[in-house]
Amino acid sequence: MTRDEAFLQFLLRMGDNTLVLGHRVSEWCGHAPVLEEDIALANTALDLIGQTQMWLALAGEVQGEGKSADDLAFLRDAWDFRNVLLVEVPNGDFGRTLMRQFLFDAWHKLMLERLMNSSDERVAAIAAKAVKEVTYHVERSRDTVVGLGDGTEESHARMQEALDYLWPYVGELFAADAVDEAMVAAGIAPDPASLRADYDALVGAAMAEATLSLPKSDFAHKGGRNGRMHTEHLGHLLTQMQWLQRAYPGATW
Amino acid sequence: MYAQMVKSEATNDDPERLAAFQARIDAGEKIEPKDWMPEGYRKTLIRQIGQHAHSEIVGQLPEGNWITRAPTLERKAILLAKVQDEAGHGLYLYCAAETLGVSRDELTEMLLDGRMKYSSIFNYPTLNWADIGAVGWLVDGAAIMNQVPLQRTSFGPYSRAMIRICKEESFHQRQGYDAIRKMAEGTPEQRRMAQDALNRLWFPSLMMFGPSDKDSVHSEQSMKWKIKMNTNDELRQKFVDQTVPQIEFLGLDLPDPGIKWNEERGHYDYTDPDWSEFYDVIKGNGPCNTDRLAARNKAWDDGKWVRDGLLAHARKKAAARVAAE
Repeated sequence: MTRDEAFLQFLLRMGDNTLVLGHRVSEWCGHAPVLEEDIALANTALDLIGQTQMWLALAGEVQGEGKSADDLAFLRDAWDFRNVLLVEVPNGDFGRTLMRQFLFDAWHKLMLERLMNSSDERVAAIAAKAVKEVTYHVERSRDTVVGLGDGTEESHARMQEALDYLWPYVGELFAADAVDEAMVAAGIAPDPASLRADYDALVGAAMAEATLSLPKSDFAHKGGRNGRMHTEHLGHLLTQMQWLQRAYPGATW
Repeated sequence: MYAQMVKSEATNDDPERLAAFQARIDAGEKIEPKDWMPEGYRKTLIRQIGQHAHSEIVGQLPEGNWITRAPTLERKAILLAKVQDEAGHGLYLYCAAETLGVSRDELTEMLLDGRMKYSSIFNYPTLNWADIGAVGWLVDGAAIMNQVPLQRTSFGPYSRAMIRICKEESFHQRQGYDAIRKMAEGTPEQRRMAQDALNRLWFPSLMMFGPSDKDSVHSEQSMKWKIKMNTNDELRQKFVDQTVPQIEFLGLDLPDPGIKWNEERGHYDYTDPDWSEFYDVIKGNGPCNTDRLAARNKAWDDGKWVRDGLLAHARKKAAARVAAE
């Protein structure tokens, strides 16, 4: 794998994470438990879509085949997607959506903070812009997870169930492979494994405050970051997201 | 126009106080929440502002219907931002209504059990992507016709909410027109979508202004109180006059063969909407009434545990703070 091939994979991972999660969060629009949450979810989705535009535009540039961010978002099939499995699992109830958000945001913030020092100026610039938004995301998702974990008996039970369901999807965020090694060597991105200790501290403190127990098993589902095996859910998501572009090829919107 | 057929409430207040109140309104003063006001004025405003707020919230649904299918990242972002603005408008308006002594939860309950209404337009479906352009262009365009004059309404909090809302609505209308223009200038299929959207949404948009003045029984008192600034027919005509040249610019066919410039009146003539359809929609028999209310009820019921959980946590924290002091 050349440096640019690895760089492209890295950029797709960043952009597909925000694309797929942004899509999932946008599914809530108009259906949230309370108006303020509806607005906050739309805001989060909007930030993630904006970040996607930046990551995928850069991915297209590095790929050098003249593809736009939209081409990459709307015209790739599931096997070419490089997002972690965590972001493609369905929303479930509001509790699962916010738990997934927190588990992702905590990683996202740590990652972006490191990427601000990337040897690639374009990556550093995107990270510097995104980290401002993500700092707010993690603050909000943490508060909500704590509030619901330490709320009523029912909200506590639902949040524990959400954590138990989602925890096996967390490990993939930290699983390093040849792409990561190439990125570390080029000074573009950190070794994902090096973020784990800070992540555990951040998530551990929040779960303690939320009176939730972290599952004992560290088993991790993998296959999204390298496209080897996505969940069954991604195909359905893409069917909806890509429909107009697929049904009317060549049209501009 | 998101408030339709708002019934003016009768008032049994002391004639002298009523006269003094009317004099303030006639002098262009703003009425503020702590000022004395006739009960009829308060009740009418609660109904009107509440209906307007509900329309913003239910109005999220037809547009939200396309967020996950938006054809580009930029269109998706614009649509999300727009629907988020609508939720924000709902929030300001509920706050304005709360100053009149009714809580957001009470208003929500009344929407959910059908005691309060929202605009008839949101009981129509959005069936193709051009509908999203048409909603911004026609529906927000019709809403602005009514909301711009309401910036001068007599009730202070409502007037101030309208000033903020109008700024965003005119952006919505422009983005809607831009989206449908792209379709009208696009492939034959896209053009077909644009024409279909215009044909389907034209008459429902005209209905947004409410029944014809000769059948509109609620206007007089509200106009005296400056809660309603123009008659339904005035606004409808203004909307038609503004929109017909825009349709021509797009190169789309007119959605009504009755549209014709009338030199003598200096306005476009047009065919009245089918008012029996309007009354059917108001009564709950529009194409989407049942689904829209079911979606709002589901969101509210499914969200109960979340609202209860966050409230319980806030109480625990407050109790812990008191104990620590």
